[in-house]
Amino acid sequence: MSAEATSPRINYLNADYGVRSWLFTKDHKRIALLYLGTITVFFALGGLMAALIRLELATPAGDLLQPDTYNRVFTMHGVLMVFMFLIPGIPAVLGNFLIPIMIGAKDLAFPKINLASWYIFTIGGLFILWSLLNGGVDTGWTFYTPYSTSFSNTHVVATGLGVFITGFSSILTGLNFIVTIHRMRAPGLTWFRLPLFVWAHYATSLIQVLGTPVIAITVLMLALERLFHLGIFDPAYGGDPVLFQHLFWFYSHPAVYIMVLPAMGVASEIFAAFARKRIFGYRFVAFSSLAIAVLGFLVWAHHLFVAGISVYAATVFSVLSMLVAVPSAIKVFNWTATLYEGSISWETPMLYGLGFIGLFTIGGLTGVMLATLGIDVQVHDTYFVVAHFHYVMVGGTIMGYLGGLHYWWPKISGKLYPVFWSKLSALIIFIGFNLTFFPQFLLGYMGMPRRYHSYPPEWQVLNVLSSAGASILAVGYLMPLVYFAWSMRYGKPAPANPWGAVGLEWETPSPPPTENFAEIPVVVGEAYDYTQRNYRFPLRDHHEVAHV
Amino acid sequence: MSEMSHGHEPLPGLAHHFDSYDQQRESATLGMWAFIVQEVMFFGGLFVTYMVYRREYAAAFAAGSHHLDVKLGAFNTAVLIASSLTMALAVRGAQLGKKKTLIGFLIATILLGSVFLGVKTVEYSHKWHEHHVPGPHFVFESTGVHGEAIDPHNARIFFSLYFAMTGLHALHMVVGIGILLWLIWQASRNRFTPNNYNYVEGTGLYWHFVDIVWIFLFPLLYLIGRH
Amino acid sequence: MSGHVSPVRTYVLIFLALLVGTALTVWAAFQNLGPLNNVVMLTIAVVKASLVVMYFMHVRYSSRLSTMTVLTGIFFLLILFSLTLADYATRGWDFTAGR
Repeated sequence: MSAEATSPRINYLNADYGVRSWLFTKDHKRIALLYLGTITVFFALGGLMAALIRLELATPAGDLLQPDTYNRVFTMHGVLMVFMFLIPGIPAVLGNFLIPIMIGAKDLAFPKINLASWYIFTIGGLFILWSLLNGGVDTGWTFYTPYSTSFSNTHVVATGLGVFITGFSSILTGLNFIVTIHRMRAPGLTWFRLPLFVWAHYATSLIQVLGTPVIAITVLMLALERLFHLGIFDPAYGGDPVLFQHLFWFYSHPAVYIMVLPAMGVASEIFAAFARKRIFGYRFVAFSSLAIAVLGFLVWAHHLFVAGISVYAATVFSVLSMLVAVPSAIKVFNWTATLYEGSISWETPMLYGLGFIGLFTIGGLTGVMLATLGIDVQVHDTYFVVAHFHYVMVGGTIMGYLGGLHYWWPKISGKLYPVFWSKLSALIIFIGFNLTFFPQFLLGYMGMPRRYHSYPPEWQVLNVLSSAGASILAVGYLMPLVYFAWSMRYGKPAPANPWGAVGLEWETPSPPPTENFAEIPVVVGEAYDYTQRNYRFPLRDHHEVAHV
Repeated sequence: MSEMSHGHEPLPGLAHHFDSYDQQRESATLGMWAFIVQEVMFFGGLFVTYMVYRREYAAAFAAGSHHLDVKLGAFNTAVLIASSLTMALAVRGAQLGKKKTLIGFLIATILLGSVFLGVKTVEYSHKWHEHHVPGPHFVFESTGVHGEAIDPHNARIFFSLYFAMTGLHALHMVVGIGILLWLIWQASRNRFTPNNYNYVEGTGLYWHFVDIVWIFLFPLLYLIGRH
Repeated sequence: MSGHVSPVRTYVLIFLALLVGTALTVWAAFQNLGPLNNVVMLTIAVVKASLVVMYFMHVRYSSRLSTMTVLTGIFFLLILFSLTLADYATRGWDFTAGR
């Protein structure tokens, strides 16, 4: 690798100045940062809702919020976190930034559609924001009928419209990634030489394109039902509320794999880099990503086990739901094998990666428990479920997101962040997270229902632990906000490859030029090869040799 | 960006991030197909709803279906199929660089599409006058095809699906016609060449998809229990 | 370089086939074929749709990737249909053993 010049250099951040150059950009890297900004805002709002929930639940009595208000708070928490943070999350920020670079391309296949995706996302978000500022929705983020269609007096249609619109942002991003990965790989970059981050995003994109339209039409039907009383979900007209649940969860279950697959992709990158080893069982991990995407579409009715579906259907879905755990487990085994006898270094991204693998495993195993029909009947709608999905979505996805941000921040910003504070915040987040959510497994198992703002006094200790954990978690989340911002101004300039990792993104300067590479690389070997260099830059290599 | 390894001038109509017209065309085609796949799933939600309720309320659905005009529906089907023919011929014109052919067939497609929408407007107005539009004025007093009593609530579900499905379809046609008008404008400015007619091809795929949706809608909505 | 260019004749023949299919569907709807009415109707619709996909949408002359994309869409559509209907179709079944 050639030494990087420290003199001022044109990169994607300073290539052009002014608000217009950002709002009308077609550069995937700038669009990734636009997403980073808006997603962070929505995460903060969702976090505010979470703070209110945990404050209320610190005491057994429902003494902080009215019951109706509490309903609105947990609903908006769910809507904001799921639709405006977790679903776009890693793909919109890290995927957008890295995929073209990782495959040696100049941009995504459809740069203008990429920008449109961000605008669509933001406009949808404005609908949800409007709803939030006008009292929010109280139906739960799941919008179950007939409450949402016939009885709720809140802004269901506006919020639904927001979800509908942001859904199209997700579809277009997925479409863009699929075409890019199929059609724009550098010479020599065959499918099985791709980084697993790319495989993970490809699988995610399949889900986005196939699943999201179904929730779009469902929300549309919800709105039509509410506005014109069509009768399709209303028992008074012969409609079936459970049909809404079928349609809703047909998307919303695969949606959780939209959330977790990219985090798994990040994990693969982190483990290879910080064990300085190729990923063990590369093909198994790659195919598992696809398997998770496909199987994820076959399990949705496990959310309907107690809703009134037939026992036969429930049994089939229970078995299928256990099956979907298999490829996830395969990945965990392969990551573990990767770490085994690797040259481990304990950098901040690795801390997040290790946190991810442990917490995701706990979340995944409790998922298998929930897939078991007999258990689910007992713990459905209790805090056991809440704990399960927070372990996978926060312990899984958010750890992956933060790990990825910490891994690629030098590439994205061209700056290094302070090591001590980053490791400290990773630790605080890990401790805070477990303190918040582990007690909830116990509470749920003992029968504490979800979506209630009061509970019997004998459960207060566990709830207080959970609320205390939430405050620690909040501190942990604020810290990166501070030191990442600090690094933009005061951080040391980052070299092209601060971690000594292998990957095309490390072959270009930090931050990269707008065109990503001065010349398109040629790939001659597998990914994560720490034994030899598998990238050729014919002109640059010739130039260097000639000047030795 | 001072050190570009390309020595040649950018090719006309080739976006900077693509290496060749072929790559650009194949990307555009795959992108359009991915979009159509999501449209399939979008309509799919309505189709599965239809299936669930047709199974549940077979008699009411048949009774409702009898209040749709088969002749108008069949005529519209023929019109839409014809518009697919003209669309395919328009794309062919673009492939061969024949601007007048392209524009001519685009106009024909728009005309046929407009006829379709005109007929749908007539049908909708019939339904409005018969009080078959779901809402506060909905009334359904017919008996079933074998004279049996029909719960008007169930018939309401049929008409809800009729309007939702054909309405969504019609909306797609309106958008399609809008895109066709834009294509005519672009074509008149010589935007499309045999090397780069991706927008025409993509619109063609979209239009044919909308036609396919109607190919299923017509028998499912108009031809229930007609024997 | 453009894709495959079909002769006008091909398009016109497909168009005529589609018209015939439509007429056939309408005619069959008015015959009493019992449960076969639905089967005939859906079969004709699927055949018509296939002709549009293969010839008007050029899939017959396109890459395998295009074909796989179409099949993938159809596959997941069928999953949506079949697993949802599987619930409704089995709700009335009597689960109790030994009765």
